[in-house]
Amino acid sequence: MAFTVMFYCAALFTLYGAAMVAFSKNIIYSAFSLLISFIGVVVIYALLDADFLAIAQLVLYVGGILVLILFAIMLTNKISNASSSNPSRSQFLSFVTVLVIFVGLFFTIIKAPWQVSAGTQELGPITDSIGDALLTKYLLPFEIVSVLLLVGLIGAVVIARKENIEKAGNTNLSATSEQGRSL
Amino acid sequence: MATIGAVHFLILAAAMFCLGLYCLMGRRNAIGLLMGIELIVNAANINFATFAHYRGGEVDGYIFSLFGIVLAAIGVTIALAIVFALYRNFNKNIEVDEVSILRG
Repeated sequence: MAFTVMFYCAALFTLYGAAMVAFSKNIIYSAFSLLISFIGVVVIYALLDADFLAIAQLVLYVGGILVLILFAIMLTNKISNASSSNPSRSQFLSFVTVLVIFVGLFFTIIKAPWQVSAGTQELGPITDSIGDALLTKYLLPFEIVSVLLLVGLIGAVVIARKENIEKAGNTNLSATSEQGRSL
Repeated sequence: MATIGAVHFLILAAAMFCLGLYCLMGRRNAIGLLMGIELIVNAANINFATFAHYRGGEVDGYIFSLFGIVLAAIGVTIALAIVFALYRNFNKNIEVDEVSILRG
């Protein structure tokens, strides 16, 4: 019973946040709604016995990605025009398309004979079994992901850094885009 | 159905995926698109965790979910770096319709 109540509360939280992300006109409201949605997902993971995933979600998404997105919004938008900073287009068409996709997914999920075991075995805390699997069965993907993180880190620094040498190239580029717009 | 089963979690993930897709289709702001991608990745991770839980006994689904979180973090980092580069090079504009000089 408590599980049911918790699930519906978390689902409401998650979907409310996601809907506000999708429909809000103001992009700062969208970012904070994304926070609500992520916290709902943390509770969903906890209900699925995935304690390590819940904490990873909290630390990585809420503590890392969301702060990064908020910083990006603050740096790239003027606060004065924040209310019109997230314009949408062709809303009706996208809404109908997404509704059709959702109805299709809904009936597929309802009808499909999922091979779920009736009584799930209790795994207990999964952190130690995840650690075991990461260092035995999934050792190679684990190492590759760590290399990928390094590549991403260096790539982000290289892309975002201000290049003095390419200054001339940059002004050229913006001049070209100006030209394209006037054409 | 009174008891919560795998189906409930799957429908929640499907709804989250659809809202993310709507965000991707409707938005012009590059950061708005990024938030839609985040919602979609989260929906996929919920699906992985759901099947890991309801199949029982195996921990593989949780690990895929974990890798999904890490890959989403890398994706967001690179995408925001690209957004900053766009902002600097296209007259402080990050609307994806305006950034089209590569179009033939």
